[in-house]
Amino acid sequence: MAEKKIRVLLAKPGLDGHDRGAKVVAHAMREAGMEVIYTGLHQTVPSIVNQAIQEDVDVIGLSVMSGAHIPICRKLMGLLKDGDIGDKLVLVGGVIPNRDITVLKEMGVRGIFPGGALFDDITKFIEENAAGR
Amino acid sequence: MGVATYIKDEKDAIQEVVLQSGIKVKPVYTPEDLDRVGFDYRKDLADPGEFPFTRGIHPLGFRSRNWTTRQYTGFGTPEETNERFKLMISHGQTGLNVAFDLPTQMGYDSDDPMAEGEVGRVGMAIDSLRDFEMAFKDIQLNRIGSGLTINAVASIMLAMYEAVAEKFGYKKTEISATPQNDILKEIVGRGAWIYPVEPAVRLIGDTIEYAMKELPRCNPVSVAGYHIRESGCTPAQEISYALMIAFAYIDNVVARGYKAEDCVGRFSFNLNIYGNLWETVAKFRAARKLWARLLRERYDVQDKKALFLRGIFGGGGSGMTKQQPENNIMRGAYYALGAALSGAQTTALCSFDEAYTIPTERAALLSLRTFQILMDEIGLRDTVDPLAGSYFIETLTKEMEEKILEEMQKVEKIGGMVEAVSSGYVQREVSRQAYEFEKKIQDGNVTKVGVNKYTEGVDMEVELHEHNEEWARLQIDRLKELKRDRDNKAVNESLKGLEKAAREKTNVMPYLVDCCKAYATVGEMSNVFRDVFGEYVEPSIF
Repeated sequence: MAEKKIRVLLAKPGLDGHDRGAKVVAHAMREAGMEVIYTGLHQTVPSIVNQAIQEDVDVIGLSVMSGAHIPICRKLMGLLKDGDIGDKLVLVGGVIPNRDITVLKEMGVRGIFPGGALFDDITKFIEENAAGR
Repeated sequence: MGVATYIKDEKDAIQEVVLQSGIKVKPVYTPEDLDRVGFDYRKDLADPGEFPFTRGIHPLGFRSRNWTTRQYTGFGTPEETNERFKLMISHGQTGLNVAFDLPTQMGYDSDDPMAEGEVGRVGMAIDSLRDFEMAFKDIQLNRIGSGLTINAVASIMLAMYEAVAEKFGYKKTEISATPQNDILKEIVGRGAWIYPVEPAVRLIGDTIEYAMKELPRCNPVSVAGYHIRESGCTPAQEISYALMIAFAYIDNVVARGYKAEDCVGRFSFNLNIYGNLWETVAKFRAARKLWARLLRERYDVQDKKALFLRGIFGGGGSGMTKQQPENNIMRGAYYALGAALSGAQTTALCSFDEAYTIPTERAALLSLRTFQILMDEIGLRDTVDPLAGSYFIETLTKEMEEKILEEMQKVEKIGGMVEAVSSGYVQREVSRQAYEFEKKIQDGNVTKVGVNKYTEGVDMEVELHEHNEEWARLQIDRLKELKRDRDNKAVNESLKGLEKAAREKTNVMPYLVDCCKAYATVGEMSNVFRDVFGEYVEPSIF
């Protein structure tokens, strides 16, 4: 019997509308055999958390190009903890300066994939780290 | 190697080159190629400044007029941005290109919960005319033209620009603003949309109609193939989509009873300089020619000046890399060379640190110097369209024209650009191509220096623009103060007038000017439109 597919919620939080990266990564995750739910643009963090619960995903991937990744991730990690779903694997990609990587990791964001990250690195990371695997 | 597809033999000799637009490049071009594509000097080129303007819209090109330099600028508060504007002008920049933060672009005030974390981040925060008064302080608005990178709420910003100019004592007949004001491309590629397609296009029609009557030196729309290219389309698609978008806006104005001839002279374009150098040059030459030719054929436009494809050829963001960021300085220089060889009227360049964040002062100045070196040092102003007559460039320009027309026909078949965007056709096409291209880079089939070849292992550190959290607090405090100080009765009256105009489909522009003058906020005006028009819902493209 086929192994259950990893479910990923790929989200564009905040007001940033640059979604080339998110869509490209969605294609790559599908090709790697994952189920990808793409939220579309302009999502609030609470709405992302709700969708993660409703869709019962294993992974939440955020794409942020506006520079607002720190406040957005802080809010998300807080809500996940409050909602008792702190076990979801959280990744963030986008325009992320190296200096912010430690800050994000300390918050509990486990995968950080700035522009130029390889598809294989992203999908392998998910396969190795998604909850229950 | 590069963005084209290269097939090599075992000795590293290139066997085949296929450009992104799907055109094969031969190793050698001769007069026979010109015969093959049916090249005719009078018909296909003509002298510079003559129909079909392949060689440029001015008879003397850069000899008679240097290009306008317009680096995309704005961050934090209006005062911070005003300082940077003045700095760039003092260093020889000749126009402004205003960056607004995301809350402003999305029609939210700085104190809106949706704005949290985003105030002043990717551009300056503008809540009301009071902010514009600070942003444009001491800028000679009758001499410096401003590009306003704003789309969903472009009508509001154009009205505010008129209001600030009047406040500073300029006549509205002497100010020059170019709001980007291209919502169809936002839906395809940049994502700063608010309202559904139909009312959003109507707002663009309103600004064009208003500018025709009231703002003779403003260009009410800058059709931006640029961002669709950034999202993953080919150079040929970039032009075909841009032209089809322009036709959608013209049709809106024509449906109001105007002649296309009376509005198209005000259109400008924003096109991308990233990619293969030859394909880029051929793209711009073919674009000028097709715009002029199709305006004549479709809309019977005869006035010569109304047929000019004018615009900003710049940016190049998707060519820039996070790895080995200083390489972006060289990339930018070559992209700028492409823009110069293509006869750009106006230019801008993504700075070398923009793969990280918005540019520092030093990085922005380096971009400006890149343009100055091209024009003032190495001879790009010497003669018009220096590549004209090259067997290769002329053949490629003709082939590019055919490719653009092919792509346009695909959109025509769907029923035009409004339909092609509403259904998600263009978005699907573009995102699929972006994925395929990214795979080629990751597989090493497309060479990116410092990324998949000649890598150095460790990223170098660059000095980065620092975002200051205090800016948001300052902006919010000031907004509260404004709401206390202003005549709130006058604000409400003006907003009621706006709502009535929006509902009754009268041109909203004069009402927006009234609202701006009464110090209504961007959020208040945008919300009137949200109430009347509703909000856009993205089609699912997966």
